[in-house]
Amino acid sequence: MSSNQFVRHTDNDQSGLPAGRASARPAPGRAEVLPYAPIDRDAAGAGHKRRNRLRGRAEIALFAGPALVVYLLFVMVPVGLAGYYGFFKWNGIGPLTDFVGLDNYVRALSDPVFIGAIGHNFFFVIASLLVQGPIAIGIALLLNRPMRGRSFFRVLVFVPYVLSEVIAGVAWLLLLQPNGPFDALLTSLGLGDAVQLWLGDPTIVLWTMLAVISWKYIGFAIILFLAGLQGVPEELAEAAQIDGASWWQIQRHITIPLLGPTIRIWAFLSIIGSLQLFDLVWIMTGGGPANATSTMATYMINFGFTRSQYGYGSAVAVILFIISFAIAIVYQRFVLRRDTEGALTRRVG
Amino acid sequence: MATITLPSGSASQRVPAGRRIDWGQPFVYLVALICIGITVVPIAYVILGGFRTTGQLAAKPNGLPDPWVLDNYAAVLSSPSFWTQVGNSTIAALVTTIGVVLLGVMAAFVIARYEFRGRGTIYTLFTAGLLFPLSVAILPLYLLLQNLGLLGSIIGVIIPQIAFALPTTIVILVPFLRAIPEELEDAASIDGSSRVGFFWRILLPLSSPGLVTVGVLAFVGSWNGYLLPLLVLNDPAAYTLPLGVQAFSTQYSQNTALVLAFTSLAMLPALIFFTLAERRIVGGLSGAVKG
Repeated sequence: MSSNQFVRHTDNDQSGLPAGRASARPAPGRAEVLPYAPIDRDAAGAGHKRRNRLRGRAEIALFAGPALVVYLLFVMVPVGLAGYYGFFKWNGIGPLTDFVGLDNYVRALSDPVFIGAIGHNFFFVIASLLVQGPIAIGIALLLNRPMRGRSFFRVLVFVPYVLSEVIAGVAWLLLLQPNGPFDALLTSLGLGDAVQLWLGDPTIVLWTMLAVISWKYIGFAIILFLAGLQGVPEELAEAAQIDGASWWQIQRHITIPLLGPTIRIWAFLSIIGSLQLFDLVWIMTGGGPANATSTMATYMINFGFTRSQYGYGSAVAVILFIISFAIAIVYQRFVLRRDTEGALTRRVG
Repeated sequence: MATITLPSGSASQRVPAGRRIDWGQPFVYLVALICIGITVVPIAYVILGGFRTTGQLAAKPNGLPDPWVLDNYAAVLSSPSFWTQVGNSTIAALVTTIGVVLLGVMAAFVIARYEFRGRGTIYTLFTAGLLFPLSVAILPLYLLLQNLGLLGSIIGVIIPQIAFALPTTIVILVPFLRAIPEELEDAASIDGSSRVGFFWRILLPLSSPGLVTVGVLAFVGSWNGYLLPLLVLNDPAAYTLPLGVQAFSTQYSQNTALVLAFTSLAMLPALIFFTLAERRIVGGLSGAVKG
């Protein structure tokens, strides 16, 4: 390496030491043998500082630049454009001329199908939290105990999460088809009367989807909770045990509260995920039957791509974003703020 | 002295702890088995179903293969389109992973270890990206890719995948890079290393657990990606595996057994990969969650 300077050090280290004066030279070590005295100690120090600052700037640009460019161009610009297109009636071809103001927004928010889609998203938000949370905490607490074959169990419990939405969706389509294996299972258990058109009956299908979604994503919750449990010190549980606390008391009063930050972050991710739900629904029902499982995202793709209404689809995307953003802000403000250890709240800047 | 008394103390506590767990153990195993049944039986059904014929499936939906039929798996494994899709998925996932890890760690390095104005803004910009799902940006992104001439090409899938994976990557990596002690950097500086040299020779090796974690997440994310390939790739020759599974299941909807075999083989790489990387995923997430 040609230079041995660190920006941070040289900034603090210009008290007139010989090395500091020789800043213009590539080999600072030789400064002391220079025959002539420096003209102005301060000026030399400042030049040094400036050079290092420039060097630091170049490093910052070089290191952060590529990521920033890719991110801005392919994430931020499209998001910004979505906000812009949302004000136009536009089929995606030709110039943007048909400015309609907030008409797209009014149209979306007065469409019962879209309102229904928002309702389905919130159904998935709340139901996923209530179903997945307690089950995942329970499983994580159990799998955190010393037991034979624990790592084997762990891998198996996570399997659905690793499968792609498409594979999970196609598999469940086959399992739940009329007279399919799931129905056959129920019949063989003597529950033949419970057989339904799982994906065809608008009154049932939302619950079917909830079950599949829970099956698919609960592994993620368990992974997170197990990771969080690794941070819960065993000494506390051991001390409580000496004091005569039962296993359940220890979990209830020590482990679960200490797992709080992880639970709150998982809930955050789960809420955002449920609001943005697309893949599984699109593959399994396409939002049907009779819009019974449509979500904001399937509604948007349906209008944006299938019907080429880019302006309207963009407005829907913006509404989806605003809802996610508002919930994220509120959650951050009132829930995550309690967690000084939270990854999303800490060390910003 | 405390260090001597502590271990012996905790060792004596471990005896009742062990005894206590014993009586609960059958219950624990029962619950664990039920959970695994729920998660694994559907997958096992898909895999076993591939060994049956569609006739067997229709006659007895819940039976075991009798006799075992290898034709479905053989048909899928000998079909060139399956291997094309595996190849496409592999290329997309590998390039995405390399791109995400490289760009992510470089940006995270600057955010974690440089002092400069605008650093907070850059970090906030990236964390804000956690709130921008692909679906919000997909319509303009589609038009952008169209203008860039990237529709239909795997590059048109890879670059946006990198861009959308960067926020998570940076949020996970910044605490990792920041946790590496200042003293190491000072020592490297005294030994004549530049900051860039420190980055390559010391920081990268030390943060490899974090890099593996974000790499695994990026790989799995790309491997499982659906919406972007669905819109960008319109030629079956360029399909990735998820698109292939969907197309295949529609095309051969009458031949359930064949679809099951195709689906099984498509899920296999992700399962193997995850089994190998499970520890890394859990470890990495714990680093991210705890900060």
